[in-house]
Amino acid sequence: MDLLAVAGPALGDAATLILQPIVLAYLVGGVVMGLCIGVFPGLGGIAGLSLLLPFMFGMDPILGLALMIGMVAVVPTSDTFASVLMGIPGSSASQATVLDGFPLAKKGEAARALSAAFASSLFGGLVGAAFLTLFILVARPIVLEFRTPELLMITLFGLSMVGILAGRVAIKGLVAAGLGMMIGTIGEGDSAGELRMATYDIPYLIDGLKLVIVGLGIFAIPEIVALLRQDRAISDRAPLGGGWSTGVRDWFRNRWLSVRCSIIGVIVGVIPGLGGSVVDWIAYGHTVQTTPDKAKFGSGEIRGVIGPESSNNAKEGGGLVPTLLFGIPGSGSMAIFIGAIALLGSGQIEVGPSMIKNNLDVTYAIVWLLALANVVGTVICIAASGGIARLTTIPFALLAPFLFMIIAFAAFQSGQDIMDLVALFAIGLLGILMRRFDWSRPAFLIGFVLSNPAETYANQAVQIARSRFRKGFEEGIDYVFSPIVIVLVVITVISVIVGLRQAKTIMAEGAVQSGAKRAPMIFLLAILAYLLVAFTNASLIPDYAAADRVFPRFVSGVAIVGALILVVQMMLRPESHPLFADREAGNSENNKHGLWSTLAWFAGLLVLTALAGFIIALTLFLFLFIWRRAGRSPVFAALYTTAGLAFMCAMAWLLNRDFPAGLLQEAVKLPWPLG
Amino acid sequence: MNAIKTTRRVAMGLVAAAAATFATGATAGGHGIDLTGKTVEWVIPFSETGGSAKWANFYAPLLSEALPGQPTVVVKFMPGAGSTKGANWFQEQTYEDTQGTLIFGSSGSTQFPYLLGDPRVRYEYNDWNVVLASGTGGVAYLPPDLAAKMDGLDASGLRDTDFIYGSQGATRLDLVPLLAWEMLGLNVEPVFGIKGRGDGRLMFERGEANIDYQTSSSYLKGVTPLVEDGSAVPMMSWGALDADGNIVRDPTFPDMPTFKEVCEATDGCETSGDQWEAWKAFFVAGFPAQKMVFLPAGASNDAIVSYTKAFEEVKARADFAEISAKRLGKYPQMTGDEAAAALASATQVPDSAKAFVVNWLQERYGVSLN
Repeated sequence: MDLLAVAGPALGDAATLILQPIVLAYLVGGVVMGLCIGVFPGLGGIAGLSLLLPFMFGMDPILGLALMIGMVAVVPTSDTFASVLMGIPGSSASQATVLDGFPLAKKGEAARALSAAFASSLFGGLVGAAFLTLFILVARPIVLEFRTPELLMITLFGLSMVGILAGRVAIKGLVAAGLGMMIGTIGEGDSAGELRMATYDIPYLIDGLKLVIVGLGIFAIPEIVALLRQDRAISDRAPLGGGWSTGVRDWFRNRWLSVRCSIIGVIVGVIPGLGGSVVDWIAYGHTVQTTPDKAKFGSGEIRGVIGPESSNNAKEGGGLVPTLLFGIPGSGSMAIFIGAIALLGSGQIEVGPSMIKNNLDVTYAIVWLLALANVVGTVICIAASGGIARLTTIPFALLAPFLFMIIAFAAFQSGQDIMDLVALFAIGLLGILMRRFDWSRPAFLIGFVLSNPAETYANQAVQIARSRFRKGFEEGIDYVFSPIVIVLVVITVISVIVGLRQAKTIMAEGAVQSGAKRAPMIFLLAILAYLLVAFTNASLIPDYAAADRVFPRFVSGVAIVGALILVVQMMLRPESHPLFADREAGNSENNKHGLWSTLAWFAGLLVLTALAGFIIALTLFLFLFIWRRAGRSPVFAALYTTAGLAFMCAMAWLLNRDFPAGLLQEAVKLPWPLG
Repeated sequence: MNAIKTTRRVAMGLVAAAAATFATGATAGGHGIDLTGKTVEWVIPFSETGGSAKWANFYAPLLSEALPGQPTVVVKFMPGAGSTKGANWFQEQTYEDTQGTLIFGSSGSTQFPYLLGDPRVRYEYNDWNVVLASGTGGVAYLPPDLAAKMDGLDASGLRDTDFIYGSQGATRLDLVPLLAWEMLGLNVEPVFGIKGRGDGRLMFERGEANIDYQTSSSYLKGVTPLVEDGSAVPMMSWGALDADGNIVRDPTFPDMPTFKEVCEATDGCETSGDQWEAWKAFFVAGFPAQKMVFLPAGASNDAIVSYTKAFEEVKARADFAEISAKRLGKYPQMTGDEAAAALASATQVPDSAKAFVVNWLQERYGVSLN
């Protein structure tokens, strides 16, 4: 343990390294940028770091690190704003926060939700930094213990959270997760490169759908459309309400939950390849399981905010372990982080195994910076929240076009293809229908996120295990059933049993009235039809590429059986059964506008973009929407449009991004931003 | 085989190479182009994680300084379909529209689908204008207990071992190691579905994979520490090309035997015939000119000259040898005629080699490329 003897002085060196005014100034600069990026839905650490990348070359390493760590550390703090105030996941790390944070805002308790979230984020961030300090010394052997069977089990454990989020009808949740996994298999298979539900004629589908698009489509679009139809502000009460101190007290009362979820965050973050997008779900599932009274989840339970928010900041600390120690990024933003470190100075810092040997002081400086950034970020968030939270009192008709603009832009950045917008619209429609008929959207998203790791790890584990078994039965068993795997199996089984037993009491998305039989039945049959097509499509994959066939066939098979059971149940049960949940029934949400007329606005934006490019389409869309739909004067609409366009162009210019082009741009050469 | 004059000056080191090419390099053409106040977009058809990103991020700021008018050079990532998406996109861009503000960075993974006739490929290298070609190499390595089974250079002692190898796909650059191991008679089972060579190394470190290879820069960074602490032993490098197109020792790893040496020493492995020619053709396509910078179709001679000069200026920097050796390894960075020769050798393989590999992929891995 000579490392321990080295660690002490290195910690001290690191402290002197960062406690210089100039370093702290860069850190605060990074934090402010990170907060700004995090506030916007769909933009996260990847966009932020890409923005910094061009400035990193030759920069003093410690200054560059301060800037980058400041930015990465606080994105999961500020993305809470969008999740709580608008019901849109600010980034993939705070998808679960929406479930309870948004209902709290609707009830006028936004301040309480935000302060509890910030307290949890701060705490989680500090726990992450503390763990990183220890982990750096002991992590290497631990990370190497996670071989493919263990990774597969962690993935299955993540999937078992579907049980708790399935909603009132467990089989519906299962089918939703199955559908999510099937959507996740679209495109080129990882093992043999066979296409699933895609063709070379539509190149867009070959890579599959991106998480940004599915996340925005399944969560953000349905919420925006629903609010728009009700035609009022998000919260009709006092902007934030009081409750700042209530939120902090809420957090303190649940500090042990916060501790546990932070640890979950660190551990999931440490495991490379799993990515940060599941950590909030696992934390949410854990929170629900350990709460005695589950009735309030989905309609504003403060613990549902504290859990995920504690975990998502802690994750960044964990994610730095594989990044720094192995040079293997645990997430997209860490990947850019590695690239940026190589640019610092004259390249004297190299992430990877040599990092601890040669740059222990820098390594610990990163830890300190991480902790400090979390503190600074929380303080700024609390200071700025009054202003940001006033957004909730603006009539939603004024907010919605702006949000659609940002979402469309963010979605387009994932593939820089007009098809991104088509996919966003299609997934959005699916999300709207799932919301209407009370199909679990969290279950769908978990299925989607874990589809690829589940398939890849399963295929690899089977292949490696087969080779081990060839060498000897004992060696095979040792490989497949390591102690970690056994522990994970036990935890997963318990989680599923407990989850299913309790799921009925949790209305993850609020209570929903039941309506007539016809509409829910049609939706179910449509899902069944897709699953059958996907099953057939997978079955057609030839034998030599069997590795790409097994998973989609198995998953769609299970989902088809589930869907058939639902069909039978629907035929037998009366209309009042929860099976027939339908938000349109009896206009229970006080909608002032129809679904299709609301959607037509966005379909219009899409069609116009395809014809004339994004900026021209956006100009028309913003102006007409504010004038006709929101009922403001043309002058107001013109001002709104100008502000919106200026904002969009400034952002795209800063991030050096293009806008979707249409047929017009193919025919005529136009200057940026029109072309 | 095309005789390649690409790596003639390797042994003399980079500074000498740079100086020499500067003297003989492109001087034809007019006055060059002026990019003052412009932004040059360097499109990389991969994500921010890969080797191409490192390579472009290394060059971008240097190129910005060297181009006439010091334009801002930004690297833009356009990943998708193993780089064919970005390349297809670039094929549709014209110089007329971009006026020297657009360049494209291709890699071995862009070359292989092109060579193998992948149905997704809609790009044509011959339409583009190469202004830089960067080489690299690769090293295969083993765990110490298996490395001990090699008798000097003779690898036949490894034939009774079941090897597991974390692979990105048989039609990608992994084709070169997979074919090499098969020629040595090794029983290597590729486990597909890993997302990058870094994941393959981690699989090796976890003891799940027991053979692996890395390109030079990743080897220097990730595997050298493993070699130092005794958990990995280098097996062979793929080698480098000399002026006459012969495979010689890799200048970055002069103490390591090449695959050719190992093959010669191993019974049953031939360094002639269809199989060897196919391997060599794809090695040449994939490594000695792995990454290239292109101007789009129809680029003016002025633009080509300006970019060529800029890259030559970068290579002529006093600190270039030092900073590039660390980040890119000691490999030729070719411009002008050398780059053109490198491009030719990287994008043309004899029909017989192509037919052999297509057939081998079909029989061994069931990959059909039609």
